[in-house]
Amino acid sequence: MSMPALQTMRPMVRAEGVHKRFGRLEVLRGIDLEVQPREVMMLIGPSGSGKSTFLRCINHLEQINAGRIWVDGELVGYRQVGTTLYELHERELAQRRAEIGMVFQRFNLFPHMTALQNVMEAPILVKRVPRNEAAERARRLLERVGLAEKADVYPAQLSGGQQQRVAIARALAMEPKLMLFDEPTSALDPELVGEVLAVMRQLAHDGMTMIVVTHEMQFAREVGDRVVFMDGGVVVEQGPPEEVLANPKHERTRSFLARIL
Amino acid sequence: MAVDVEPGATFTVVPVRRYGQIVLALVVALLVAWLAAAGASSHFVNPAVVGQYLLNPLILGGLANTIFVSIAAMVIGIVLGVVFAVMKMSSNTVLAAVSGFYIWFFRGTPVLVQLIFWFNGVPAVFHDLSLGIPFTHVIFFSMPMVAFMTPLAASLLGLGLNEGAYMAEIVRGGILAVDEGQVEAAQALGMVSAQTMRRIVLPQAMRVIIPPIGNEFISMLKTSSLASVVTFGELLRRASDIYSSNLFVVELLVVASLWYLLLTTVASIGQYYVEKRFARGTARAERETPWQAALRNLMKLRR
Repeated sequence: MSMPALQTMRPMVRAEGVHKRFGRLEVLRGIDLEVQPREVMMLIGPSGSGKSTFLRCINHLEQINAGRIWVDGELVGYRQVGTTLYELHERELAQRRAEIGMVFQRFNLFPHMTALQNVMEAPILVKRVPRNEAAERARRLLERVGLAEKADVYPAQLSGGQQQRVAIARALAMEPKLMLFDEPTSALDPELVGEVLAVMRQLAHDGMTMIVVTHEMQFAREVGDRVVFMDGGVVVEQGPPEEVLANPKHERTRSFLARIL
Repeated sequence: MAVDVEPGATFTVVPVRRYGQIVLALVVALLVAWLAAAGASSHFVNPAVVGQYLLNPLILGGLANTIFVSIAAMVIGIVLGVVFAVMKMSSNTVLAAVSGFYIWFFRGTPVLVQLIFWFNGVPAVFHDLSLGIPFTHVIFFSMPMVAFMTPLAASLLGLGLNEGAYMAEIVRGGILAVDEGQVEAAQALGMVSAQTMRRIVLPQAMRVIIPPIGNEFISMLKTSSLASVVTFGELLRRASDIYSSNLFVVELLVVASLWYLLLTTVASIGQYYVEKRFARGTARAERETPWQAALRNLMKLRR
């Protein structure tokens, strides 16, 4: 192996003993995971297994109670000096979040802005990109998700699938090094799921590092480099999709797959 | 019981006859006619006097003052409302408590009392208005309180601070109505909370806030008449100044009322267009305006 191969050894995401409680409910009970650059990781598991919570911990939308997470070598949410963790200031948190794209189950487009404005807003506000440059890039991104002609339309006038594609374009506008997808097709009518998955498939093909919480097993099998099965706040089983999905070793994985397939 | 008809027969539909409604309409119409007749046969109101004073320069000046003090107090109220709403929702307990006290106090006491308090109470308690460093003897600027607390200043303080307390609750309701997912999406894109508030939350909260702001403004146009007790020369004060010398009490009250009605009507129409503007991106934005509706009905009548 040549030298660049060594550099890719630094994982894009590394989680170590991550715990998260909501009150007395322990949602994450020690998660250890690594995601390599350009890898597409599919997070599957029953509802309440903690997979969405884990995703939200990666960009610090949820604060973890124990353990550490690094994104691209930087500790999430804290600065570590010796054994002391200093909580990061809001501005520093925002800067790191700006490098991580997130797509939500319920799209969360800004309803008072057109599709184009939704995509332009953060680059202008956060990265200080000049307005016309941001607009031009936003148009290219909308074209990339197949919605060039919907640029001046408000989210309420778009279908669920179209809204989610705008949301993906909005996240890509920040040129993230990592994309998090939180059940991106769960709120969609079945006939609209395909168009969103197609955009994600293209994104994976282009080499984006992706963590996808999903219930679309067919998609996980085709696009995922690795499938991670979570249950009860721990990682039960992980491996290549064909192994985990077709030949699960663990009983809990088997019964989950039997229920949803 | 099924009655057989020929296949393809057409039916006539007879709407329900609402006799109760017809009787009720007649009774109410009679009552209104009786009141109108009573009013017309009275000799309390001299229409000629009303007409004579409607465009009186003093009255028009009072009208201008009413409009000015209402708009100014509203602006003060909105600014204070946004500030205190954000404070009340702050995780900083001192800020939240101060805001809570402000809202509790100014909503819990009559605005008339507050007006008199500013105009008469404050100058009685504080002799001078001074600007300096607290708890030291350094003073940059000082003036007698009576010189500062003019009728206009007392009116703006009284009406504005009172309005601010109501606006704070309206703004807070608007902010709470914005979906939490919006804040998360903004944060995930790297916006800090001030940017999120300014660009994402407040514009969406406006849709919820605007209709009550319109109502508050319409209410303020009328409440501003209370400023007459602190001798501010608004519409009612000017009308009462005139009738206290010529004794055409009812005529001048009618003059004032006509102007108030015109103001509130114009404000209601304005409110409609502002609401429409802030409903961008919703189905509501596509609705027709009252003018369009009127025009459409007119066209229907002609046909």
